[in-house]
Amino acid sequence: MILLLSLVAGCLFAGATYFLLRRNIMRLLLGLILLNHGANIVILVMSRLERKLPPFLSPGQIDPSKFIDPLPQALILNAIVINFGLIAFTLALAYRTHLALGCENLDTMLATEQLLDE
Amino acid sequence: MAESLFLQTVSRLVFPLLFLLSMLLLLQGYDQPGGGFVGGLLGSSAIILQILSFGPLYARRILPIQPHLLVAFGLLFATASGMWSMTNAEAFMTNIWFEQTIPGIKHLGTALLLDGGVYITVIGFTTSIAIFFAEEAENGPEESSEK
Amino acid sequence: MSNHLFLPILTLLLGSTLATILGRWRRVARGIVLLAISANFLYSSWLGNLIFVSKERQFVRVGTLIAPYGISFIADELSATMLFMTTFLTLLVVIFSFLTSIITEQIEDFFFYPLVLLILLGATGVFLTGDLFNLYVWFEVLLVSSFGLLTLGRKQIQLEGGLKFVELNLIGSALLLVGCGLIYGLVGTLNIGQITQRFQNLNSGLLTVLATLFLVAFSIKAAIFPTYFWLPASYHTPPSVVTALFAGILTKVGMYVFYRVFSLIFYINLVDKLTILLLILACLTMIVGIIGAIAQVSLRRMLSFHIICQTGYILSGLGLANEAGLAAGLFFMLHTMLVKTALLVIGGIAEASFGTDELKKMGGLAAREPLLATFWFLAMLSLAGFPPFSGFIGKLVLLKATLSAKQYLVAGVMAGVSLGTLFSLLKIWNEVFWKTLPKDEPEPAPIKPYTLIPAAILVGSSLLLGLGASVVLASNTLAAKQALDSIGYLSTVLPDSPKK
Repeated sequence: MILLLSLVAGCLFAGATYFLLRRNIMRLLLGLILLNHGANIVILVMSRLERKLPPFLSPGQIDPSKFIDPLPQALILNAIVINFGLIAFTLALAYRTHLALGCENLDTMLATEQLLDE
Repeated sequence: MAESLFLQTVSRLVFPLLFLLSMLLLLQGYDQPGGGFVGGLLGSSAIILQILSFGPLYARRILPIQPHLLVAFGLLFATASGMWSMTNAEAFMTNIWFEQTIPGIKHLGTALLLDGGVYITVIGFTTSIAIFFAEEAENGPEESSEK
Repeated sequence: MSNHLFLPILTLLLGSTLATILGRWRRVARGIVLLAISANFLYSSWLGNLIFVSKERQFVRVGTLIAPYGISFIADELSATMLFMTTFLTLLVVIFSFLTSIITEQIEDFFFYPLVLLILLGATGVFLTGDLFNLYVWFEVLLVSSFGLLTLGRKQIQLEGGLKFVELNLIGSALLLVGCGLIYGLVGTLNIGQITQRFQNLNSGLLTVLATLFLVAFSIKAAIFPTYFWLPASYHTPPSVVTALFAGILTKVGMYVFYRVFSLIFYINLVDKLTILLLILACLTMIVGIIGAIAQVSLRRMLSFHIICQTGYILSGLGLANEAGLAAGLFFMLHTMLVKTALLVIGGIAEASFGTDELKKMGGLAAREPLLATFWFLAMLSLAGFPPFSGFIGKLVLLKATLSAKQYLVAGVMAGVSLGTLFSLLKIWNEVFWKTLPKDEPEPAPIKPYTLIPAAILVGSSLLLGLGASVVLASNTLAAKQALDSIGYLSTVLPDSPKK
């Protein structure tokens, strides 16, 4: 299972790199989303995936070794929340940029690189 | 946006159900699956459904205040609930259990209030982004002034 | 336990939410913002004094969870110094935006002041937190608010610059997240103190991977050589007040995490490899920054390249990996925060007066506004390193530390780049202040004298920093000592853990 998930994370990172190197605004966003998913799966894999009970204490079960470590899941939840907000913001920004620019090609976004404002 | 009778009828029916479900998720969040974020997402999906079927103007009308103000209120609420414990000279965000128990929720603490703040913030944020996109799609970029 | 460490964070959170809710009444909202920042300024000076006198770290836990699970906040001399300087600069920038009309009411309604408070909140969180994942969270707070500030006004160039900024910084954040995950898998904790403890006897190939991940992630945040491209692409697009704020806060927070995480965690096992790498990166950053600055023909783009160049100096202080180097780097960081904000504030006034920041279209400001020109000249002398300003002491102690560590090449680069800095600043002086106004250009608007108050305070503090260097350097040496002392850090976070 660890091997499988590592492969999944690797594929996500590879896909993210591929998308980030494209010249299209939407692909760029997809790349960022995949990159964050890959990071989340890395955290999951690093927590050693054991077959244990979910970390909800109920009366009668107090042996901590029976429960899975909840911290990586809390971290992933946190990261998902943050990325959700950031990606939503970036989507709005990319949409506005796309409208202002009139096309989706990143190579035409040169206004910030010219020595002088036109 | 083309108005669909089916979508409008169904979303009218589903709207209260989704909200009840989101409240349930919020309330059981302390020791069972659920919590402010998931509940908030479900609640805002109810509002997004209204946007899809009736348009952004209707959604603005059913919200009590502007969605970005919801974000601020939610954050304020969450911070205030975390500060409650500081009045007893304990650390920030220490949970305080209340004496009374409420049927259905069993125990009630400031952690629930914090989750409530998160719930409001998530609803406000998600809704304001959704309304931004809906208004852009409906009016074009010039007329919508708000993000 | 010192509960007061929560105060700055709570003030800023309450301040920004209240300022958003009451945003309709601009005066009330502005009052709240000013109150929150001034309260934080007073608090941070008190905290800095407390730690400097007692020489002890302040520590507090959030909630009831014990250290490795819960989040802890910890303040030592390094974080207190940075907190003080950041809050001071934010206060001055906010006063500057009150005094001028660069931030129009329309921009203010895009939540300008709440976003300023949020950016300060993110920086404060980064300075105070003792948990690696929490550090990531505060970084995101900082980023979200800086995205918001960058795109204020929604002009096309701002959107483009914002997208470039967002893209590179999100990649950096994702790498930081992967690094946090790997550290948790490796040592089972994210508390910085506990990580240092468990890294002591660790011998794993993953350490190099980790150090590389953090190096790249922090390099993106701090605009170090191969990953600095977002900075010159975005810093000249927002209103000049925002650029002045960013110059004082954004990249410097990145440099702070370099100082915090590398000196505490990665210097334990990898100090030899990292030192040489950091020094090479620092030299390249300085050289590329100054070449970029000389090539530019508009005021703010030139100053943005200067920010990159100065970051290289600060990084070389860390690269020396000893107490003197870190202390010198920290002193230089304080100096450059002050002077860079001063230059951008003065540049902002000039830009507002001319309506452009193209050097070709400006001129004759020295005869027209002698006071503004004087402040620019003094700030320029300080950045270039003339006595008695802070720049002289900063470069002197940094050069001394570099030479005593026998890094002669780095010292040579520093000296050469320093000349380049003076050259490019003189270019601005000539173009904006000295030459006569080109004939076909419109007359600049007159400058109201009271808008110069923040610039005067900034230049004056640079002078004070130079004159009182012995006191500040004593504080910085303490900060460097505490930053390198991982055992002391650990015993503050976990008082009952076995000491090694």
